[in-house]
Amino acid sequence: MKKISRIEKLFTNQQKACIAYLTAGDGGIQHTLDAAMALIDGGANLLEIGIPFSDPVADGPVIQRASQRAISAGTTLKDVLWLVKEIRQVSDIPLVLFSYLNPILAGSQSDFFSEAKNAGVDGLLLVDCPIEESTFIRDACMTNQMDLIYVIAPSTPMSRIQYINEHGKGFLYYACRKGTTGVRDGLPDGFQEKLASIKAILNLPIVVGFGISNNEMAKEVCKIADGVVVGSLFVKALEDGLPLVSLSKLAQHIFAMNLNSD
Amino acid sequence: MMNTIGRYDEFGGTYVAEILMQPINELRAAWNEAKSDEAFTKALFDILKNYAGRPTALTEVPYFSAKIKGPRIYLKREDLLHTGAHKLNNALGQCLLAKRMGKTRVIAETGAGQHGVATAAACARLGLTCIVYMGSKDMKRQAPNVSRMQLMGATVIPVENGSATLKDAVNQALRDWSESYSDTHYCLGSALGPHPFPEMVAEFQSVIGRECREQCQQQFGAMPNIVIACVGGGSNAIGIFSEFLSDHHIQLIGVEAGGTGKELGQHAARFYTATPGVLHGCYTYVLQNSEGQIAETASISAGLDYPAVGPQHAQLYKNKRVEYVAVADDEALAALQLLARTEGIICALESAHALAYLVKIANQLPKNFSVVVNLSGRGDKDLPQIMARENV
Repeated sequence: MKKISRIEKLFTNQQKACIAYLTAGDGGIQHTLDAAMALIDGGANLLEIGIPFSDPVADGPVIQRASQRAISAGTTLKDVLWLVKEIRQVSDIPLVLFSYLNPILAGSQSDFFSEAKNAGVDGLLLVDCPIEESTFIRDACMTNQMDLIYVIAPSTPMSRIQYINEHGKGFLYYACRKGTTGVRDGLPDGFQEKLASIKAILNLPIVVGFGISNNEMAKEVCKIADGVVVGSLFVKALEDGLPLVSLSKLAQHIFAMNLNSD
Repeated sequence: MMNTIGRYDEFGGTYVAEILMQPINELRAAWNEAKSDEAFTKALFDILKNYAGRPTALTEVPYFSAKIKGPRIYLKREDLLHTGAHKLNNALGQCLLAKRMGKTRVIAETGAGQHGVATAAACARLGLTCIVYMGSKDMKRQAPNVSRMQLMGATVIPVENGSATLKDAVNQALRDWSESYSDTHYCLGSALGPHPFPEMVAEFQSVIGRECREQCQQQFGAMPNIVIACVGGGSNAIGIFSEFLSDHHIQLIGVEAGGTGKELGQHAARFYTATPGVLHGCYTYVLQNSEGQIAETASISAGLDYPAVGPQHAQLYKNKRVEYVAVADDEALAALQLLARTEGIICALESAHALAYLVKIANQLPKNFSVVVNLSGRGDKDLPQIMARENV
């Protein structure tokens, strides 16, 4: 019988997915490990680990700067897998690598996919690889029992969402606004209606990200969605030198829906 | 990699964030419709002839040739096109398409500033709002072009990230487009990026090659033996090469920026290592390190200073139809000076790379050979930089 994956397990629970994003190697890989543990302590039940890339065209200034710092610190794909292994030692939450395609292509010259699996990676999300171009990655993920996570966007037509839903694995990531990643004050106009109409045609779980930066937004999102992604806010907090104890508290505050709602 | 649409063998494809897939699908549909619509092709022909000044001349340069003991040398004079480079062929085509799609705002990236100036002109002429992203390093070294864009009503936005050159300007333009696609067209300046840009830009630039073939026939009653063009993204090169690709006896040579040395970071010669990767929407040869991080590039020529090459050039390299070489900064500068003194033509530093390679091989070529060099642009924009170097 097929073993239930960590991602599947998370979404079959009644809890919402509280997803925290970190750029690996920002402040050094050890610092990312410490920050990851702080976020898990603060209630993150899935981590998205960003592989830094020199030209992150889908990211706003906060994650651009973090990527630059991580690259300057010499972060490699090997370091990222070390980070995953270290987290795995102490935590069983799903871990998803979040990357642009080129570093993965460079890594796929060697045994990246099997090494990622062995390190404890559960899924891979490629920002600049739409479903049409993803066959070879999807096959490699499948072979190694990892989920290739697809993004849907406000511009994605319903028919295409349906298609992505049929071919996706694990969950779908709804990048809920135009433009790039970054901290925002509120949800876009018509968000609830749009999300509800998307949710109605899916069988995969859906999580929402892009600009989610406080508990009100997170709760609003999770009225309909299966989870929420918070990225730039945490990355910015680390950039500003927020102590890890406070980072934990920040996560606790934003992710407070699982404690309150049931 | 796979065989999806927009491929040149394994190269090309559409590697963009999901948010841009629908805008790109709409662009592809509009382009496919426009290119077979007589009204569109006629409007483009008219504006190229009566506004841009096509056809451009094919000029024989005997005094330049005598100095380098060369064969018969002809220059395809894209430097004479309105705004001073071949870029206007594409900018007018895309801006006409943007209008047809109902877009009111056009964004562009620019390196040397020639594509920015061309887009600014096309937008002024066609009544579109124009925003140009330009690396702050390039704004400094191509200052005259910044003023020209501004004079024509464009907003030039400096890009400080990364190496503050063309690559970073493309990043910023893509970020803008992922937010603004509803009313905005991204007028990409070279034959690269996600499908349909490489195909569309090549098509708009193919007018260079078509004219050139006809002019060769008129002026010396034969086809050239060799055609040489500089290759940044590769739009002027594909524009002139495309007409001759199926004439296998015609030698085609693309010249990249050799910069100051062979180490990664000292040049923009993608074919030195020919490492495939994905940057800015397509799978092609990309200068990068072993971790897949895109490398910094260096060249005296802002227009060639870019880490990826158009996917069709990647194919033409792999199947050996085109030979790709590189020349150093100093060689390009020397060729520019020689042409200026012998023929009274000041070409762009980009185009000077193509000339410089011809200078290197000229005395080995049979005297009865005819060689066409695509003189992709004029050099006024480069004056501050040229005058700043010694030995002028």
